[in-house]
Amino acid sequence: MATTTTLAKADEGVEPVAHAARIEHVSKSFAGPAGQQLVLDDITLDVAPGEFVTLLGASGCGKSTLLNLVAGLDEPTSGDITTDGRPALMFQEHALFPWLTAGKNIELALKLRGVPKAERREKAEELLGLVRLKGAHGKRVHELSGGMRQRVALARALAQESKLLLMDEPFAALDAITRDVLHDELTRIWRETQVSVLFVTHNVREAVRLAERVVLLSSRPGRVAREWTVGIPQPRRIEDTAVAELSVEITEELRGEIRRHGQH
Amino acid sequence: MASTDTATPAKDTGDLAGLEAGLDALETRQKVRTPFRQTFTEKILPPTVAVLLVLAVWQALVSFKIVDDPTKLPSPSDVWNVVRDAWLQGDLLGYIWTSVSRGLSGFLLALLIGTPLGLLVARVKVVRAAIGPILSGLQSLPSVAWVPPAVIWLGLNNSMMYAVILLGAVPSIANGLVSGVDQISPLFLRAGRTLGATGLKGTWHIVLPAALPGYVAGLKQGWAFSWRSLMAAEIIASFPDLGVGLGQLLENGRNASDMAMVFEAILLILIVGIAIDLLVFSPLERWVLRSRGLLVKS
Repeated sequence: MATTTTLAKADEGVEPVAHAARIEHVSKSFAGPAGQQLVLDDITLDVAPGEFVTLLGASGCGKSTLLNLVAGLDEPTSGDITTDGRPALMFQEHALFPWLTAGKNIELALKLRGVPKAERREKAEELLGLVRLKGAHGKRVHELSGGMRQRVALARALAQESKLLLMDEPFAALDAITRDVLHDELTRIWRETQVSVLFVTHNVREAVRLAERVVLLSSRPGRVAREWTVGIPQPRRIEDTAVAELSVEITEELRGEIRRHGQH
Repeated sequence: MASTDTATPAKDTGDLAGLEAGLDALETRQKVRTPFRQTFTEKILPPTVAVLLVLAVWQALVSFKIVDDPTKLPSPSDVWNVVRDAWLQGDLLGYIWTSVSRGLSGFLLALLIGTPLGLLVARVKVVRAAIGPILSGLQSLPSVAWVPPAVIWLGLNNSMMYAVILLGAVPSIANGLVSGVDQISPLFLRAGRTLGATGLKGTWHIVLPAALPGYVAGLKQGWAFSWRSLMAAEIIASFPDLGVGLGQLLENGRNASDMAMVFEAILLILIVGIAIDLLVFSPLERWVLRSRGLLVKS
């Protein structure tokens, strides 16, 4: 079901890694007021190297919980998650450290990865250039606009050079124009760096605009309800007719999922 | 998705770069420097006027013979003469230095003990349960209370003074760090963990810098407590061999029934306390808050 163009290089290695992330029969429950509450129920999902997958669902579907599990911030109750190295994670809030400048935030990520001191500055400048923020190295976080902060956060995530980038509604707090621009940027950077992306959102259009594959989760508990492969060529625009048509179809399905919860 | 009609089509990357540069320029705030005139009228003038008013009232009380007893209330000029004499005899800086050097070295020692202690209480659950409440309780105990036992345990010497300073300042510094750590946004800790900052690396790169605002507030209070404890110790345990600090000066003035000298000592204690706060701790606090965008100009 995944597009397989980027898999061609995989047979160079001894043991080809066919998955950036493999989620197998993962369930997660939390202790709630009425005993154990099942949040994720038997999720199975693969992300191929270089693939862009969006996880779509209404509130209460456990999208962020699943992302935390993949990031290793929490343990699944049952099932297995394997990733190709430690994934990078980007949040809805920029999560940049306010005691460091934009550039030093990126350099900290490089330092923690073991990049020698002499190379960090240059590498950070390079990453800032990638998100088109040349000259922002010495800027304090509070001096940047919302869109610029998310771009620095993206650069910091990319500094980890992980095979997999997890994004937890990273553009939800931005205004429409800025979000639109960042969609274009993310598509461009994804294609340049060939990183695999698992992107969580509740915004259907955003999911279709960005992804090669859209995975719809049902709510309470979260299960994989349906998947769509998006064949629309990139670069897409959020107002493209093809994007709109698929969005309408997925929205119908999502509404159906939500409606089920009002019936008992 | 609310508005799809607002963005202009920007299919090629050159167009996107331009659009982005425009957005960045529109949304970046310009920094404005406050002119000196404004700083002067808003920050410097009011406290100066307040001090002058107090001096005027004081002088009036003496001049109009409302308080007509120099053993109760000396005039400002009497006090000034005492200070000037001490300066001319070369004693003034000695008094100040004896106390300030004790106070600062005691404070540095408190810093070295309070910081790891605070970090332990903040990060280790058992330690917090065990000594957390005692540590915050100690803050409300006046450090004067430690002077009699310290004299009995350690005798009349400098160690006794340092012990009293430590008992006053260590809880403040440790508690400041604990509240600083408690106020760290969980988001920073999660972000740190995904970047690989765990264990000691996490403490050094994430926890300590994130807790800095609370820590600096604790340091500020720790200094105030150090200074107060030291003065209490010097007044109660004045002993000629220990050298004359500001506390002893005050006690000597009382013994000699020299009210001008008592006033001289009180004013010097006040001025030194304020000066260290203004020269060291306030700039430190402002720098920490400003660099994080937490200092909002009103």
